[in-house]
Amino acid sequence: MKQIRNANGQAKSSFSLAGLGKAPTGISGLDEISGGGLPRGRTTIVCGGPGCGKTMLGLEFLVRGIEEFGEPGVLLAFEETPEEMTRNFASLGFDLKGLSDKKKLFLDFMRIEPSEIHETGDYDLEGLFIRLQNAVDSVGAKRVVLDTPEALFSGFSNIAILRAELRRLFRWLKDRDLTTVVTAEQGEGTLTRHSLEEYVSDCVILLDHRIQDQISTRRLRVVKYRGTKHGADEYPFLIDDSGLSVLPVTAATLNHKISRDRVSTGISDLNTMMQGKGYYRGSSILVTGTAGSGKTTLACHFADATCRRGGRCLYIGFEESTDQVFRNAASVGIDLSPYVKKELLFHQAWRPTQYGMEMHLLRIHKLIDTLKPESVILDPISNLIGSGTQRDVRSMLMRLIDFLKEKGMTTLLTAMAKGGDNLEGTEEQISSLIDTWILLRDIEQSGERNRCLYILKSRGMAHSNQLREFVITSKGIRLLLPYIGSGQVFTGSARLAQEARDSAESLVRKQTIERKRYELQGKRRELDAKIAKLRAEFEAEEKQMEMLIHQAQNVEHRLEVDTEEMAGSRQAEVSAGPKNPKHVNGAQR
Amino acid sequence: MKTKEKKANGKLTNGSHTTGDVFELRLYVAGQTPKSLTALANLKRICDAHLKQEYRIEVIDLVTHPQLAQGDQILAIPTLVRRLPVPIRKIIGDLSNVERVLVGLDIRGPSAPIAKAETA
Repeated sequence: MKQIRNANGQAKSSFSLAGLGKAPTGISGLDEISGGGLPRGRTTIVCGGPGCGKTMLGLEFLVRGIEEFGEPGVLLAFEETPEEMTRNFASLGFDLKGLSDKKKLFLDFMRIEPSEIHETGDYDLEGLFIRLQNAVDSVGAKRVVLDTPEALFSGFSNIAILRAELRRLFRWLKDRDLTTVVTAEQGEGTLTRHSLEEYVSDCVILLDHRIQDQISTRRLRVVKYRGTKHGADEYPFLIDDSGLSVLPVTAATLNHKISRDRVSTGISDLNTMMQGKGYYRGSSILVTGTAGSGKTTLACHFADATCRRGGRCLYIGFEESTDQVFRNAASVGIDLSPYVKKELLFHQAWRPTQYGMEMHLLRIHKLIDTLKPESVILDPISNLIGSGTQRDVRSMLMRLIDFLKEKGMTTLLTAMAKGGDNLEGTEEQISSLIDTWILLRDIEQSGERNRCLYILKSRGMAHSNQLREFVITSKGIRLLLPYIGSGQVFTGSARLAQEARDSAESLVRKQTIERKRYELQGKRRELDAKIAKLRAEFEAEEKQMEMLIHQAQNVEHRLEVDTEEMAGSRQAEVSAGPKNPKHVNGAQR
Repeated sequence: MKTKEKKANGKLTNGSHTTGDVFELRLYVAGQTPKSLTALANLKRICDAHLKQEYRIEVIDLVTHPQLAQGDQILAIPTLVRRLPVPIRKIIGDLSNVERVLVGLDIRGPSAPIAKAETA
C-alpha cells in the first residue's frame, strides 16, 4: 500500500522540465503505456509472482534492444544457466546464442550455492562488480538485466553487507548510465520480497497472473515511474510465440478519422434501405437477433461483399467451425472458399472459453495487426460472456471497437438477443458504441415463424424505417417489401392470404365502379334524348307560329293591294276622282 | 581501476612433499585492499599452522583478470577455493574466523589439533 501511495505522489511531480530519456523496450504496447520506454540510464524493477513473465520481459527488453535499437546488453542470471535460458527462449524465437556469438549479448550465470559458501569474516561483492564490468565492457552494453539479485539473499547470511552491496550495485549501474531491469519476486504485502524497491525508485512495473473462473489473465501495471507520466491502469498482456505484448487499452480519446465512403452490405435490398449504398466504411455494425434469425448469414453476405471487391476480411467465429460456416453459407448461395485461397478471407474459429477476455482481445489485435483487414466480423459476441464477467466483456468490446474504428476497419458484430424480453438492448450494453444496428426478429403468426429485419439505427444516413420481411433463399437473403394491412405487418403465408384477400376486394371495387359508370352513361343518354325531344317540340311550335305570322302578313298585304286596285279602277270611271277624296266620299254615300 | 599487483596470479608454494594429499587453494582478491591483504595473511598463517601436507596457494587478482571470476563463480571478495582435494569447497571473507576456515576447508585430523592453533 505504501508503494501505491508513493506512486501517486510521484504522478503529481511528473511535470519535469527536462524530459527524462527513455529507452524503448520494443515490446508492443509497453512503450505506449510508459510514454516511450523505460527510464534511460536508470534501473527499473519488474516484480511479480512466480511464472508471471518477469524474466521474459527482461529478456525481450535486451533482445529487442539489440535487434531493434542497436543497444548491446548483458544478462546476469542468478537462477538459470545460459544454456537453459538459450533453450527456453529459443521457443520464443530469441536466438540468444547467435547474439552472444555476434558479441551483442553477454550472458553470465551467477551460481549461488548456499551449502558451498562459508563465511569466515568480512567480505564484499566486488567479484560481482568485476564480472558485471567485464561483461559490460566486452560487448559495450547499454542495457543490463539482473534476474534476480534476490537470489543473493539465499546465499549470503550477512544481510548488512548484502544490503550495502546492493545499494552500491544500483548506484554503480546508474553511474555508468546503464538502463537496467531488475526482476524481483513479489512479497507478501510488499512489492518485492526483499524490498529491492527501497534501493531503486525510478520505475517499478508489477506483473500479475490472475485466475478467474479457471481462466488465467496476465496483467501489467506501472506502479511508479519517477519523472514521467504513465498509464496507471492494469493492462492485460500476453506471452506468445512472438514474445510479450501489452494491450494499451482505453485510449480515452474519441477522435477517429471517419470515412464518408460506403461499403456494400452484400444484400442489395439492404443497401437500398441505406440510401442504396450500404454501411459507412469504418463504422461498427451490430446485428442482433434471436436464435436462428439469420445473423450469421447476414455476416457471410458482408464477408462475401468485402472479398468480392478485393478487400480483406477477418471473420472470427465463436460458435461454429470454419467448415460449418462455409457449408452453411454455400447452402444459401454464398461461396466463400475461393476467397480463402486468394487470401482475402481469414476465418478463425475460437472457443470463447478457450482464453480469458484479454487473451481474446490481444489475439484479435495481433491478427488485425498482421492481416490488416478491411472488414472484421465477430460472430457472435454474446458467447464471449462465458469467458469473463459482463463488465470485462463490455470493456473489452469497447476497447476493440475503439481500436477498429481507429484503424478505419468496418466491424460487424452479431449478438444473440434473448427471446421474449427486450430486444432493443444488448446484454453486453454496447449499443451506444454502435453506428448501425440491425435488428432481426421473428414474428409468430398463424402457425409459422417468419423473420423480419429492421434498421434500428444507422448514424449519419437517411435509412429506411421500414420493417422488412427477411427471406433466406438459395440465392441468399432477400428482403421483401413490407405488407402492411390494418396496422399490422403480415409475413409468410399470412402475407399471401392477405394479398389474395386484398386482390379480391380490389376486383369487387373495380366492378362496382364499372357498373356505376355504365349507369351514369345511361342517364346521360336519357337526358340527351329528353333534350332532343323538347327541342323538336319547340321547333315544331316555332314553325307553326312563323307560318301563322306569315299568313297574317299575307292577308294584310292582299288587302292593301286590293284597295289600291279598287281605287285605280274607280278613277278610270270618274276622272280626277282620286284628287278629290271628299267628292269620292260624297259620291259613295 | 586499481593498479596491477605484483602477487597477481602468482603462485606461492610451501610445505614438503611428505603426504599424498595435495592442497590446492586459490584465493580470489580484487586489488590490494585491506580485506585482501588480511585474507592472504590469515590464509598463510592457517596453512602453516594446520596443514602438514603439501599445499599450493594461488592468488588471483580479478582486477587484472576479470574473466577468471566466471570459472569458479566468484561473487564475494575475498573468496578462497579449495580445488584439491575434491570436492571443491568455497569460503568467503577475510578468513579471520579460523575455526570456520578449518571447517570450511575440511582440515581436521590428529596432526592438526584445533586447540593448538587457537593458542598459537
